[in-house]
Amino acid sequence: MEKESLITSLKRIVKPYIQDEVAFVNLTKETDFINDLKINSANLVDIVLDLEDEFDIEIDNDAMEKMLSVKDAIKIIESKLAEK
Amino acid sequence: MTSNKIIALLPYQQPFLFVDELTEISENGIIGNYTFKNEEYFYQGHFKDNPITPGVILTEVMAQIGVVCLGVYLMRNEISIENKTKIALTSQAVDFYLPVFPGDKVTVVSEKEYFRFNKLKCSVKIINEDKKLVCRGVIAGMITYN
Repeated sequence: MEKESLITSLKRIVKPYIQDEVAFVNLTKETDFINDLKINSANLVDIVLDLEDEFDIEIDNDAMEKMLSVKDAIKIIESKLAEK
Repeated sequence: MTSNKIIALLPYQQPFLFVDELTEISENGIIGNYTFKNEEYFYQGHFKDNPITPGVILTEVMAQIGVVCLGVYLMRNEISIENKTKIALTSQAVDFYLPVFPGDKVTVVSEKEYFRFNKLKCSVKIINEDKKLVCRGVIAGMITYN
C-alpha cells in the first residue's frame, strides 16, 4: 500500500478521537498521538482496534506499546501487512 | 473466583461501594445486584423531600458491577490483595427509563464488548425487581494493578 493512502486511512480513523484540531490539521509523521493530538489511552485502544479492522491485521501487546506516533503506526501497519 | 473474593478486591468502600452480590460471572459477562439503603447519603439532597436515586449513582452501580467486577475477574491472575486494582472510567453513555427509590433492589446485567490492552468495554443494563428495564448503556474503563 502507498504510504500516502496509508496516512489518509490513518487520519480518518484517528479523527473522531483527537482533542487538538490544530495538531491534527498539521499532522506529520512525527505527530505523537498522546502528546500532540491529545488522544487519551482508552481511545488509543479504539484506534488500534479500528486499524485492525481497516487493514485486517492483528496488533499484539508489544506493537501496542510502540504505537506512539504516526511514524510508529505506519511502521507497525507496514510490518504486519508484510507478514500476511 | 467467588463473589466475595471479587468484592474484596474492589477499590471502593462505604459510602461508595455499590455491590452486594455477584450471581453469575464468566469470561463474557457478569450479573450482580445492589439494594439501596434508605439512609444513602445522596437521598438527603436528591431531591428535596423526595428521595430518588440519582442517574449518576445508577451509572456508578452499572460501572462497579458491570465493568469493574468483571474486570477484576478477567484479571484474576494479576490482581490480588497485594497487587491492588487500579481503575479509571473512560467513557459512558446511558439512557434512563424508570426511577429507583430508597430500598429498591437493582440487578445489573453486563455483556463484554471487548477487553483489549487493559480497556474493558461493556454493554450494561439495570433491571428492577419487577424485571423492568431501569437504564442501559455502554461503559468503558481502563483496569490495571499496582
